[in-house]
Amino acid sequence: MMEFTLWDILRNLLLAARWTVLLSLVAFAGGGIAGLLVLLLRISKRPWLRRAAEMYIGAFQGTPLLMQLFLVFFGLPLLGFRIEAWTAAVVSLTLFASAFLAEIWRGGVEAVPRGQWEAAASLGLHRIRQLRLVILPQALTIARAPTVGFLVQLVKSTALTSIIGFDELLRTSNAINNATFQPFTVYGLGALIYFCLCFPLTQYARMLERSMAIPR
Amino acid sequence: MGNSLDFSWLGDAVRLIGAGAAMTIFLVVVTALLGTLLSILGALGRTSRYAMIRRIVKAYVELIRNTPFLAQLFFIFFGLPSLGIRLDPIVAAIVAMTINLAAYGTEIVAAGLAAVPTGQREAAQALGLRPRLVFVKIVLPQALKIIFPALTSQIVIMMLESAVVSQISVRELTYEADLLQARTFLAFETYLVVTLVYLGLSVALRRLMFAGGRRFIFSGQP
Repeated sequence: MMEFTLWDILRNLLLAARWTVLLSLVAFAGGGIAGLLVLLLRISKRPWLRRAAEMYIGAFQGTPLLMQLFLVFFGLPLLGFRIEAWTAAVVSLTLFASAFLAEIWRGGVEAVPRGQWEAAASLGLHRIRQLRLVILPQALTIARAPTVGFLVQLVKSTALTSIIGFDELLRTSNAINNATFQPFTVYGLGALIYFCLCFPLTQYARMLERSMAIPR
Repeated sequence: MGNSLDFSWLGDAVRLIGAGAAMTIFLVVVTALLGTLLSILGALGRTSRYAMIRRIVKAYVELIRNTPFLAQLFFIFFGLPSLGIRLDPIVAAIVAMTINLAAYGTEIVAAGLAAVPTGQREAAQALGLRPRLVFVKIVLPQALKIIFPALTSQIVIMMLESAVVSQISVRELTYEADLLQARTFLAFETYLVVTLVYLGLSVALRRLMFAGGRRFIFSGQP
């Protein structure tokens, strides 16, 4: 049997944490772009588009992420795509993030005073330009704290991709545990690394929240 | 495998899915009760006179909220035995879920307690109620009323996260789905059906909690 020092365990976990970080960033970027599209539908003037976006968001918020992962992992091959764990992880986390971000940002859009829309309209801007130039910049500023808060949730959610076989931090923890039989140390260190990734974000979100709460 | 989906297995599977759903519901009910109770204690601890208790509660909340539930579950189920604490999978699942829910619940309840006007506490004290009664009879019911929607959401989230306790072989909904798909080789169909069951459960749980809340928490209030 191979001997693992504490440093060996930690080094391997840190190397695996790269994938956790990368997956989080890709899903956040992809989810942000897709979420913006869902947001546009969600606040559209056509009721059926609004309704469709509402159902999309409800489906992701009302089902376990693990099921969403499985459906993508086993569903894409039915559509004729060859799929690896990484692809399934990216696709499902992107969809998951898009639903949550759209809902968070809608809260921001609704917090922008009605008069801002009217003022933008009275300047002769089309609806898309009203959104792009006047509403969204304000809405996204308002929604900054919960957006960062969601990023924490996203980082934690990447742990589930270990179940479909993506080699991120938690799956590597399992593998190292199987080799070393030191579950307390391995899972403890794994959790510590997650904490070090998430805690600064949590603090940042809290700081943003406080800066938004300035009395009017 | 063609383009069409195959649901012919569903008739035989209903019983298994039902049993899995029952376990999921059991886990959530137990966790919701224990977690809410712990949340109230946690919220009290956060405003404790003793800095030590405040610090411990704060550290607990931060630690749990900044690590994945699945990692917590593995730590409890696989890690604790090396300290001599060996838990049955169902117990480990309930412990992990309760600890997780209580961390979020502590923040929620604390926010609710802070939102109750201090005048209410002072009025109750002026009536001569003892501090414990002031809390149980006056402050807590008002706080629960304020936080009820947030607490409901957190409990629904916990139910959805409970899907991963299948990983330590608790026979809940996801575990049964894993078994079914291994038997039928129809993974997508199986998970689709089970996902819909989860969706139904979360909608039903939310409705039930609001109906129950209206009946028991909001009743008798002007």
